[in-house]
Amino acid sequence: MHTLYIAKDYSAIAVGADEVAFAVEKEAFLRNIPIRIIRTGSYGLYWLEPVIEVELEGGRRIAYGPVTEEAIGSLFDSGFLEGSDHPLCLGNLQEHPYLKKQTRLIFERIGKNDPLSLDSYIACGGFQGLKKAIELGPDKVIDQITKSGLRGRGGAAFPTGIKWKTTQRAIASQKYIVCNADEGDSGTFSDRMVMEGDPFLLIEGMAIAGFAVGADKGYIYLRSEYPLAHEVLNKAIAVCRSQGILGSPLFGSSFSFDLEVFLGAGAYVCGEETALLESLEGKRGMVRPRPPLPAVKGLWGKPTVINNVITLASVPWILSHGGEAYAAYGVNRSKGTLPVQLSGNLNYPGLVEVPFGISLRDLVYGFGGGTRSGRPLKAIQIGGPLGPYLPEHFLDILLDYEELSKIKGIVGHGGIIVFDDQTNLAFMAHYAMEFCAEESCGKCTPCRIGSTRGMELMEKILMGKGSRKELELLFDLCDTMLHASLCGLGGMTPFPVLSALRHFPEDFGYSKEEISAFAGAL
Amino acid sequence: MRTMDQKLLDSLAFYSTKPNGLIPFYHKVQEEIGYIPKEFLPQIASSFNLSQAEVYGVLTFYADFRTKPPGKNIIKICRAEACQANGCHKVIEKAKETLKIDFGGTTPDGKVTLLPTFCFGNCANGPSVALNGKLYGRVDTRKIENLIHSIR
Repeated sequence: MHTLYIAKDYSAIAVGADEVAFAVEKEAFLRNIPIRIIRTGSYGLYWLEPVIEVELEGGRRIAYGPVTEEAIGSLFDSGFLEGSDHPLCLGNLQEHPYLKKQTRLIFERIGKNDPLSLDSYIACGGFQGLKKAIELGPDKVIDQITKSGLRGRGGAAFPTGIKWKTTQRAIASQKYIVCNADEGDSGTFSDRMVMEGDPFLLIEGMAIAGFAVGADKGYIYLRSEYPLAHEVLNKAIAVCRSQGILGSPLFGSSFSFDLEVFLGAGAYVCGEETALLESLEGKRGMVRPRPPLPAVKGLWGKPTVINNVITLASVPWILSHGGEAYAAYGVNRSKGTLPVQLSGNLNYPGLVEVPFGISLRDLVYGFGGGTRSGRPLKAIQIGGPLGPYLPEHFLDILLDYEELSKIKGIVGHGGIIVFDDQTNLAFMAHYAMEFCAEESCGKCTPCRIGSTRGMELMEKILMGKGSRKELELLFDLCDTMLHASLCGLGGMTPFPVLSALRHFPEDFGYSKEEISAFAGAL
Repeated sequence: MRTMDQKLLDSLAFYSTKPNGLIPFYHKVQEEIGYIPKEFLPQIASSFNLSQAEVYGVLTFYADFRTKPPGKNIIKICRAEACQANGCHKVIEKAKETLKIDFGGTTPDGKVTLLPTFCFGNCANGPSVALNGKLYGRVDTRKIENLIHSIR
């Protein structure tokens, strides 16, 4: 019996992983060769998907990719089940520099096994963090998280330990853990990969959070664009319930935790935590003014910890290895690792988990291999649709929350999108305003009206009718949006707009001198 | 006038007991009949003990929910930044040109509805297109033509 591994990951399926798995099965049947195919998460080497890994004696695996249905016959002919050579042979993926150069703490298991096999999760160190947490007790768990220096990976980078402590101290009959899985930023997919590729990890992280703050109920607010993650999470929750991990006292303690998945309905603003809570309560996803903070008054007015998927998925490792071990990775106030998502015009787009402190150049060229088109790189956008556009000479900046904020950049959710020189940044600035207009919840005026006015202004500028007056108006508008919006959607939409204008004024039909008159606003 | 069948009435009875059941119920209705008829709203409002304005407000806030029947097939094309960097505008142009409709439109024969999406999370394998819920990556103009051809 031969064992093969093929990813069942939304992105791998999008390029034919299901068809390849079916074709392999069929071909093996026709040739009367007994095989079993294990569907896994993806390693995140997406340009190589669909990948087939063949297990050889001793558990070593040899990979082939990108495999097409047409190539299956020749793979069998060449004896790929024995690990033989073939033009598609990639060797042992664990030795692939793209994987080898990474530091995978969160993603250590993803890609290797069946995500829904609880046995293999436990065999690979699963639930060690939760057991340790119960041994330590809530206060020491929060101490470990504080020591680790973990900050919110959704984009706000708020220290997780402080958030948990606030909710722990709040006195209430009911508290909640809410996982923000509304990964709406373009260029990001690490949450999806965790949910599809290692769902028990997220469940474990949420249970630890629940234990630490005294919340016995959790919700995963999942965006509706992720149907596979929805399916996998629900199955994983059912497995945990049947095995007494959810809904029953945990590992000899008196604490029990249960959770459910709540599906969003296509609203980007629901990734903002207070809008998310409104939506989770069944209402329009309108942003709430803060204070009160959700940590004190969140879901249905109860103290609520809201953390992103990656934040919660980092927690089990921190508990099982210790906060200090985690803080040993990274630089300055940016501790630990970040799963960076590389996409756009790149040769090697994918998931790269690295400690903070790596340069953007290492990510874009070292991992990403430069532009796929072969044309010069014009700009990167880091931190999602509300992140700035940075030109090539900014690539020596290090991945670090504070370093990036010095140049008016953000880490965001860790997405980096690469654009070549055929991109017009004025179009992208227009798109940023259009996106904000489309997705604004409508509660505050700067965002609701500002985005539409901004879009109109950009249209005028794009048609070549932009004069100094339009420029003044645009800066004035951005200033209002930046400082008077209720949440990050309106408050950060000026980032891509102003950065594009600052670095690429010629795309807007302005000269550097015309723009420099507004240097203060930039 | 369209009315809810027994299956939907059962769902309504189930979801209206939940404090946050309205959005899951809308998902259920749309899954069953493809859209959410406005004539259902009075009954939904009364079951959830909400005003008609509130249930209408929730319905129209979310991009996923439709109040009119869509075409027989739904094509969604991602137009977010990562797909733009890989030339999704060419795919979009090709789709609009082939189908002779704009985003939000349905072909006169009722066969295809074309919708924009802001990110499928398939950014590393873009441009991304979903046809009736099945996602396709690395889509170019030839591939979108083939996809459209496969349903016409």
